[in-house]
Amino acid sequence: MTISNRAKYALMSLMGVGLAFIYVPLSVVVINSFNSSRTFSWPPTSFTTEWWSKAISNTGVRKALSWSLAAGFSATLIALLLGTSLAFAVSRYNFFGKEIVSLLVVLPISLPGVVTGIALSNAFSQEIGLSTGLLTIVIGHATFCIVVVYNNALARLRRMGTSLQEASMDLGANGITTFRLITLPNLASALFAGGLLAFGLSFDEIVVTTFTAGPGIQTLPIWIYNNLFRPNQAPIVNVVAATLVVVSIIPIYLSQRLSQDSTSGGRF
Amino acid sequence: MKSSVATWMHKRPKLRLAALLAAPTLWLVVAYLGALGALLVTAFFTIDSFTGNVVAKFNLGNFHDMLTDPAYRNVVLRTLGIAISVTIICAVFAIPMAFFMAKIANPRSQRILVALVLTPLWASYLVKIYAWRTMLEPNTGVVDWILGPIGIHSPGFGGPAIIIGLSYLWLPYMILPIYAGLERLPNSLLDASGDLGARNFYTFRRVILPLIFPSLVAGSMFTFSLTLGDYITAQIIGGKLQMLGNVVYQNFSINLPFAATIATIPVAIMAIYLWLVRRTGALASL
Repeated sequence: MTISNRAKYALMSLMGVGLAFIYVPLSVVVINSFNSSRTFSWPPTSFTTEWWSKAISNTGVRKALSWSLAAGFSATLIALLLGTSLAFAVSRYNFFGKEIVSLLVVLPISLPGVVTGIALSNAFSQEIGLSTGLLTIVIGHATFCIVVVYNNALARLRRMGTSLQEASMDLGANGITTFRLITLPNLASALFAGGLLAFGLSFDEIVVTTFTAGPGIQTLPIWIYNNLFRPNQAPIVNVVAATLVVVSIIPIYLSQRLSQDSTSGGRF
Repeated sequence: MKSSVATWMHKRPKLRLAALLAAPTLWLVVAYLGALGALLVTAFFTIDSFTGNVVAKFNLGNFHDMLTDPAYRNVVLRTLGIAISVTIICAVFAIPMAFFMAKIANPRSQRILVALVLTPLWASYLVKIYAWRTMLEPNTGVVDWILGPIGIHSPGFGGPAIIIGLSYLWLPYMILPIYAGLERLPNSLLDASGDLGARNFYTFRRVILPLIFPSLVAGSMFTFSLTLGDYITAQIIGGKLQMLGNVVYQNFSINLPFAATIATIPVAIMAIYLWLVRRTGALASL
């Protein structure tokens, strides 16, 4: 099909409109973090960095950040272990219930977060009497992070095939040596991409966290949410929001460089 | 010693499989399915109106209340309406954007465009909704500032704001599967259609659309499921409007069994949706 120039330009301008729709709100957040007006009425009247210095020394923000990092790293570690071994099982073996297992692993991100949240909270408090805290947050996050590691690892394992492993075993290496020297190095970048995505999901999660965190712990999203409607905290919320927008470029850059399996980093 | 363990394991594939499967299935079945099952059972319980504790006595009272009270029916219909609008808006934006990315842009700009579409997925969910609060603020918001002079005003906080906000949040989830579907679509098919005399729009309608339909369905699964469970967007930019998620959230602390009952609605809708999607074959292309 030869696409007429007119159609090309029409599509190009639609692309431009779409990108503007995506980026205008994000830029507004970044610009507003320098807005000296406390009410953040638009357009900004003058420029200030006062809010940035206040945010950096804010103990609430720092504490929330450290909780978020702790939860993110723990959940990612669990997801890496469970997701990878599940991907090995599904890609290298045939077993009864394989279909069900691959459906089960997608379920936590297919069902609405509010359902997962109240289900876990109900189970923790009513069924097993586990008090809420970092542990319950990590259990909740790991449950929906497994799938992204699994997807990335599975795609890579399927693409790798088994011939390299067979060659290694034919040459006399045993299973452990083959895994260490052949399988793992080939898998590493997929695991990194999956782990990055898992960390990103956990770091940003608010719905499941609301139900599993309990009153003692605020992760960064929960801190933002709790301070969103407090007028005197608004400038600091703006700074935290702007930082999160800017920081989101890093994982995109890393995953674009590392994962050749899919441009989306295996979210689909 | 180490090598003898390796040899021993190598001769027992079933044991290796069991070792690989044990931890993940145990986690998913016990921590997740167990919790979901317990929630479903709770939906049939009631609470003691004096103590507020859950009373484990099986009855259908909650389901009866939910189905007969028109307020809940309205919330369900409103949430479905929002989910459908969001899905359509996302599709209308996503198809031309994905087509431009996959078929017109050169390889270099293609990579950049994919990155540009993906980046907002990593930006915080809350930040994006918060951004729309600043955008849609009546009179002092950015929308009124940019579009006010040409006579378009912010709809304020309410249903339209929720639809805009959710469409914004889920747009990348719709673009990416369609983009992937279009990338797999051979250009020769489009050439053939053009050679046989079809105009651009006819080719789009009769060749492209049927072939990317599974991708469209895959994208709609995200827009649908994510909308059905959302309550935070409604809290931040929805004014007084309530969605299904809000009803679940509010009942969670006062009447857990009833919250569980309401929570079965999005699960049931998604189950029906998944069942319909399975018949289109879109799951295989995910």
